Amino acid sequence: MTLEWIFRIVEQYWPMFLRGAGVTLLIALIGTVLGGLIGLLAGIVRTIPTPERGLKKIGLKLINIVLSIYIEFFRGTPMIVQAMVIFYGAALAFGYHMNPIIAGVVIVSINTGAYMAEIVRGGIISVDKGQYEASQAIGMNHIQTMMNVVLPQVIRNILPATGNQFIINIKDTAVLSVISISELFFVTKTIAGNNYRYFEAFFVVCILYFIMTYTITLILRYVERRLDGPDNYVIAANPMDTAEDIKRKTQGM
Amino acid sequence: MEAVIDIQGLSKSFGSHEVLKDINFSVDKGEVVTIIGSSGSGKSTLLRCVNLLEKPSGGKIIFNGENILDNKHDVHQYRRNLGMVFQQFNLFNNHNVLGNCVVGQMKVLKRSKEEAEKIALKYLKVVGMDSFVNAKPRQLSGGQKQRVAIARALSMEPDVMLFDEPTSALDPEMVGEVLRVMKELAGTGLTMMIVTHEMEFAKEVSDRVVFMDKGVIAEEGPPERIFNEPTQERTKEFLKRTLKQ
Repeated sequence: MTLEWIFRIVEQYWPMFLRGAGVTLLIALIGTVLGGLIGLLAGIVRTIPTPERGLKKIGLKLINIVLSIYIEFFRGTPMIVQAMVIFYGAALAFGYHMNPIIAGVVIVSINTGAYMAEIVRGGIISVDKGQYEASQAIGMNHIQTMMNVVLPQVIRNILPATGNQFIINIKDTAVLSVISISELFFVTKTIAGNNYRYFEAFFVVCILYFIMTYTITLILRYVERRLDGPDNYVIAANPMDTAEDIKRKTQGM
Repeated sequence: MEAVIDIQGLSKSFGSHEVLKDINFSVDKGEVVTIIGSSGSGKSTLLRCVNLLEKPSGGKIIFNGENILDNKHDVHQYRRNLGMVFQQFNLFNNHNVLGNCVVGQMKVLKRSKEEAEKIALKYLKVVGMDSFVNAKPRQLSGGQKQRVAIARALSMEPDVMLFDEPTSALDPEMVGEVLRVMKELAGTGLTMMIVTHEMEFAKEVSDRVVFMDKGVIAEEGPPERIFNEPTQERTKEFLKRTLKQ
């Protein structure tokens, strides 16, 4: 009976599920990317070495205080509450309702940014001091050091944490249903309500969420492996061959 | 002989601890100077002061007739004239071997990619690492890393090469390959300042040996004299201690 209902719901509502999943992925993806950029910027600013001289020092201190407030506030309050405050707050302040999807992207972005700022800061701190010294010894200034040596390593180092954040975002967009965004959870609630079949509808969506998050996990692992390359280096007769090429050739594949 | 770097009255303190006291010495063009001394004698700090990785507390560093410790002097501009080789190699982990030797040339010296790669390959050949251009630092042994680090510094075609205990972090069987490369370089007329614990190497390769003790230059002179007839009591003691091992 239950199984029958599951199949029936899938059969009848799969376009709605798919559209809901699409909205969820869209908000989570854009939110993670924008949040990642916010976090990167905030993290970089928060690790600038304090200048010795007056005005710059005060300016940087002020910016750091603002960033700290932002980070602590958005990490310290639930996203579901932030969604309500921002969405209805905007309506109250400017007298119009934001497009719910745009509101969703904004909320997820600034929320993610607060977490990513700390992740990036940790990533920058964890880069070996010798990397900075070698860059400076070669004549690079602070910006050149960051762009050419430190940040590429930071981005590699924070990739697992960023993937984690992306997965959290896919799941947490569910709370955005409180501001009537037609993402996956909202859609499922509608379907369940229409048929009075709560377990069946949410069982389907449970599987859907897992498929999305696990796919992301696999993609990220693949990217990490590609970035790291093999552990050993084989000297190639042909310098264009990478170690992997040689492995493939010798195995006759 | 024309001095490339002239250090006058240099001092350095970490808090109240005075690591370098009134250091005066200069390096001539084409000269190979080794700095020896026990741990904590200030020899690494001196080298790091020369390229301003440590900010000296006082004194002058004259380079090309200018005191680079003047506030208005551009530190980054000055550093590109000095090549530095670190004890811990410090290869850029995000670049492969070629990238390590190219990135500084392109970003700092604004050389084109083709030119930079040509120069990098030339120096990678000098250190015998030209067949590893695509390798990542973590795929290399310590000795290989250090040879790449030397090529990276040479690729900037600096006026002076600074070596900060280049073999101290290496396994014993890898010390030889790095010292061999450095000996070759010394033979080419490159100006070199080397902080080292390898006494045999210092004896063989230096034009001048500087012995440091407790933040001052205790004695300096040609290697034959320093190693065979040191005049200072503390030099004698240090040599007796290290050569016995």
